[in-house]
Amino acid sequence: MIKDEKLIFELSKSGLQGIDLNSNEFDNENIKEYIPDKFLRNKEAKLPEVGQLDILRHFSALGRMNYDLSKGIYPLGSCTMKYNPVVNEQIGRLPKFANIHPKQPIGTVQGVLEMMYNLQLYLSSITGMKQTTLQPAAGAHGELTGMMMIKKYHQNNRDYERNEIIIPDSAHGTNPASAIMAGFKVVEIESGENGLVDIEKLKNVVSNKTAGLMLTNPNTLGLFEKDISEIADIIHDAGGLLYYDGANLNAIMGVSRPGDMGFDVVHLNLHKTFSTPHGGGGPGSGPVGVSQKLIPFLPKSVVCKDKNGKYFLQENNDVSIGQVKAYYGHILVFIKAYAYILALGEEGLKESSMQAVLNANYLKNEIEDNYQIVSTGFCKHEFVVSGLKDKLSHVSTLDVAKRLLDAGYHPPTIYFPLIVPEAMMFEPTESEDKKSLDELAKALNCIAIEAKDNAEIVKNAPHTTFVKRLDEVKAARKPIVRYLD
Amino acid sequence: MKILEELYYTKEHDWIKVDGNIAMIGITDKAQNLLGDIVYIELPEEDDEIAKGESYGVVESVKAATDLLAPISGEVIEINEEVVDEPEKVNEDAYENWFIKVSIEDKEQLNKLLSAKEYTEFCNKEE
Amino acid sequence: MIPYLKITESERKEMLSKLEIDNMEELFNDIPKKLRVNKKLKIPNKMSEIELINHINEIGKQNVSTDDVISFLGGGVYNHYIPPMIDQILMKPEFYTAYTPYQPEISQGTLQAIFEFQTMICEITGLDVSNASVYDGATAASEAMNMACNHTKRNKILIASTLNPETKNVLKTYAVCQDIEIIEINSVDGVLNIDDLEQKMNQDIAMCLVQNPNYLGQIEDCEKIEEIVHKTKKTLFGIYSYPMSLGILKSPGELNADIAIGDGQCFGISQGFGGPHLGFMAAKKNLLRKLPGRIVGETEDKDGKRAFVLTLQAREQHIRREKASSNICSNQSLLALANTVYLSMVGREGFKKLAIQITNKAHYLQKKLLLINGVKLKYDGPFFNEFVIEIDGDIQNVLDELFSKGYYGGIKLTGDENKNCIMIAVTEKHTKNNLDDFADALEEVLS
Repeated sequence: MIKDEKLIFELSKSGLQGIDLNSNEFDNENIKEYIPDKFLRNKEAKLPEVGQLDILRHFSALGRMNYDLSKGIYPLGSCTMKYNPVVNEQIGRLPKFANIHPKQPIGTVQGVLEMMYNLQLYLSSITGMKQTTLQPAAGAHGELTGMMMIKKYHQNNRDYERNEIIIPDSAHGTNPASAIMAGFKVVEIESGENGLVDIEKLKNVVSNKTAGLMLTNPNTLGLFEKDISEIADIIHDAGGLLYYDGANLNAIMGVSRPGDMGFDVVHLNLHKTFSTPHGGGGPGSGPVGVSQKLIPFLPKSVVCKDKNGKYFLQENNDVSIGQVKAYYGHILVFIKAYAYILALGEEGLKESSMQAVLNANYLKNEIEDNYQIVSTGFCKHEFVVSGLKDKLSHVSTLDVAKRLLDAGYHPPTIYFPLIVPEAMMFEPTESEDKKSLDELAKALNCIAIEAKDNAEIVKNAPHTTFVKRLDEVKAARKPIVRYLD
Repeated sequence: MKILEELYYTKEHDWIKVDGNIAMIGITDKAQNLLGDIVYIELPEEDDEIAKGESYGVVESVKAATDLLAPISGEVIEINEEVVDEPEKVNEDAYENWFIKVSIEDKEQLNKLLSAKEYTEFCNKEE
Repeated sequence: MIPYLKITESERKEMLSKLEIDNMEELFNDIPKKLRVNKKLKIPNKMSEIELINHINEIGKQNVSTDDVISFLGGGVYNHYIPPMIDQILMKPEFYTAYTPYQPEISQGTLQAIFEFQTMICEITGLDVSNASVYDGATAASEAMNMACNHTKRNKILIASTLNPETKNVLKTYAVCQDIEIIEINSVDGVLNIDDLEQKMNQDIAMCLVQNPNYLGQIEDCEKIEEIVHKTKKTLFGIYSYPMSLGILKSPGELNADIAIGDGQCFGISQGFGGPHLGFMAAKKNLLRKLPGRIVGETEDKDGKRAFVLTLQAREQHIRREKASSNICSNQSLLALANTVYLSMVGREGFKKLAIQITNKAHYLQKKLLLINGVKLKYDGPFFNEFVIEIDGDIQNVLDELFSKGYYGGIKLTGDENKNCIMIAVTEKHTKNNLDDFADALEEVLS
C-alpha cells in the first residue's frame, strides 16, 4: 500500500536546510556595498526547508508512484521503450565528459569531439546519409531543423514559391507542427489502404509549390512503404525534397537505410532507437542526417577533422541555417548512444531490429482473436488495432488502457494514429522475450473477456492504482500549475 | 441535437441570431457535443474587427482546441464574459450562452448562411 | 548473444513456428531487394563491456576537465557544486527509465516532481505560472519570442545587444522562419543604452527582451527599461535571468516582467560541454495558455484524492497539429527533477546565502586582480559573479600561459569593443586559496 505523498513544500519546517554550502569568510550579508539596494530582491523565493533525509524519503516516495522499465514492459507504439543499459548511466556521468565547459580551448576537448565525430559517422552510415548534425535537442527539434534546411535549400535556389510540405494524415502531430513553425504551409494527403501513401493522391497534390514530403517508413501502422522509390522519384521530379521521420528506425537498423530509399534529410531519436533513457519526458536527442546537397545548410558546429587528425567545430558555412540551440547538442545523451552502438556492433543492431519485428508480430498473433487488427500480413516493429473486436460492450480503447493498469502494465499508445478509430498502437521492442509477451497478451485477452462479461469493471478502471481516473476537465478549466500555501 | 428555427447556421456548427443590424454568435448544440466538456473559450476584444472565414477566437476542450471562424464580417460590440468565466455553461445550453455580438458590415453575407432546415439536413448527412 | 536481449533461441523457434515462418528474414520479404543493406556499415566490431569502458576512458583522457584545472569560464554555463544526492535520485530507474506521464495514474511521481519544479520556478522568478521546461535557455528565448508575437499579433521584437551570443544566434534562426524582425538595442558602458531603447520602442514591438545580469556580467537597470517598454500598450517585457543570481537580485516578477526565461544548468546539472541543460519559462497569469510545451496541473481523482496531470494539452502539437503554438513534444523532465532536488537541498535560506557567498567571492577576486599591473576593469557597473577585465598584452598568450599554470582563465571576448578582454566567472566552488593563487598566477604571467 502506498500512502499519500505530500508536496516538498508541505514537508517544510522553518530553519531546516538540506545541505551545508557555507563558507566562513565569504558569507558577509552586507552586499549593498557591491550592489545598490534598488537591484536587490525584497520578496524571498519560498523554497522548501527540509533536511537531507526528508529529501531522500520524499523523492524515493515519488519514485514508488511511477511505473518504469524496471517494473515491466512498456509496449508504447512509436516510442521504442527498449532497455536502457545501466553501464551507459555511468558512462554518461564520467567527469572527463561531464565536467567540460563548452568554451574551453579546442585542444582541451579533443576527446569529446572525437566521440561526436565518430557518432556522426556511425549514424550517417546506419541511415545511409552523407553527414549528420548532433545539435537538435529532441526528435521534434530535429524535425524543425530538417524543415529549416529544406526551406533554406529552396531559397538558395531562388525557388521562393516552394512553400508547401505534404504530410500524410497518419503522421505524428509534431510533423505538421514543425513544418508550420519553419514557416511552411501544410498540405495533408489522405492515406491509402493500410495507411500507406496513395500514389495517385500524391501525384495530385504535388506541384511547383512542393517544398517536400514528410514520411516515416515503416509508417505509423508498422508497414513498410514498398513504393518508396517511386514516391521519392515523384517528389524529386517535382523539385521537392524527401524528409524521413526516424521514429520508426528500430524496425530496420542494418536491414534498410532511408538514404538508400531516396530520403534527403533524416532525423533520429536517440532516446528511442538508440536506447538513451526517456527520463520521464526528456532529455532526448534528435540528430539530423542529410544527403550531399543539404550539407551546406547544416547547423553550425558539425564536428570535423583536419588533415592533422585534430578535431574542430565547423563554423564557416555561410548558408548554414545557423544554430538551433545553444552550443553543440546533448553531449551526455550522445555518449550513451555511442556506447550502445559500440556494444552492439552492426550485427547486434540488426539482430535487435529483427527481434523487435518478430516480437511485434508474435504479440499481434496472440491478441488478434480479441482485438481488431487493422492491416493484413506481417507488420514491422509495431502494429495498430482498432479497439476490441467485439464492439457491443461499448468498452473503449481508453477503458482497456486503464484496465491494463490494474493488470500491472503500461498501456500501448492510444488514439494515435488518427486515421484509425479507437487506435491502440503496440511496440513491444526487442528487449522483451516470449514469456513477457505471453503475459501481456494474456492480460489483454482477459480484459476482452471482461468487456463481455463485466463491462462496468473495465469502464471504471483503474481500481488498484495509486490514483483512479482523474478529472482532467477540472485541471483544464481552472488550471492550478503551482503550489500556493 | 437541438436546433432552433429562428436562427441562421454554418457548416462549422455556429449559430447566428440577427436583431436589426446586430448579429449574436455562438456554437450549436452539436458543436458542444462534439467537443465534450469545454474548458476554455478565448474571445476577441470589443472594437476588434472580425473578417468572414477568419479565426476570431478559440474554444478548447480536454481533447480538442478549435478555431472559431467568423461567419460574417463586422465589428465586435460586446463579448459575453460569462462564458469566458464559466465555459461549462455552453455545454449546458449552447443557445442561451452566446459568444460575441457583432455589428453587421454587409447584410448580403447573411444570405450565404444556412437556415435551420438546411443545417438540419447538413447534420443528418454528416452522421 | 546480446545481453540487452533476453530472448533464447528456443523461444525464437517457438515464436517463429506460431507465425508459420522459418526465420526472421521472412518478416522482411516486403522490402525490395535493392533497398536492403548490402555492404558493411562503418561501425566498429562490437565491444565487450570492459572494452567499452576502456575505450571511452581512453578517449576521455584527451579532455582536460574543470576538475583537472581551476576554471573561471562562465558566459551562461557555470561550474557549480553538484550534490551527489542528485544522481542518487536521478539514477533511480523509476525516474530515468519512465516514459512521459501521459497515463497519470501510474506516473504521479514524475508529475508531482514537475509540479514542484514549476512551483519553484514561479517562486524564484516571482511570476504566476511556469511550464515544465524546454530544451535550454536559448530555445526558451525563441519560444518566448514566438509566444509574444502570437499574443500581440505583431512581428517585431527588441533585444538587448548584451544578450548571450548563443541566445542571439538561436533567436535569429527561429525568427527567420516566422518572418519576425529582431532589432538590437545597443549598449553603452556594458549595459543597455536607454536612449536607444526609447528611440526603438513603438506600437509594432511584440516584446522587449533583456538579459539580467547581461552577458558581460553587468546588472541592468530593469526598472527604467520596464517603464519605457510598458508605456506601449500590449508590448511584453521579457527578462532572461541567470537564476542563481535571483537569490539576491530583484526577481522578474518584482520588475513587472511579463515573461521570465533562462537556463537551469546552474541548479545541479553538469556543464557537459554544453548539454543537455534546461530552459525554464515563467509568465504572468494571463499568458498561461500561451506558454508552449508541457504543463502539469493539480486536480482530483474520482475518489477526491489530490493528483497531478498534464493539462492544457489541447494547445500542444499532438492535438492541435499544425495549429499548435509550438512543435515542442518533450521537456527536460529528468533535469527538471535535478533542479527540484537541488533547490530542495539548498532551500529557502541557502538560496540567498549561496548567492551572497558567490558575489562576495567574485568581488574579492576582482579587487585582487585590479591591483595587478596591466589589468584594468572594462565595465565598472554593479555585477553578480562575472566581470570583464582588459589586459595589457596578447590575450591568447595570457590565456595559454594561465593554462600551463593550471587555469582556464576566462572567456576571451570577441568584437572590437572588447579587444584584449577576458570575462571571469566565480562560483561557490572557488576557495580563497584558488582565488589568491589565480591572482598570483596572472601577476606572474603579466610581469
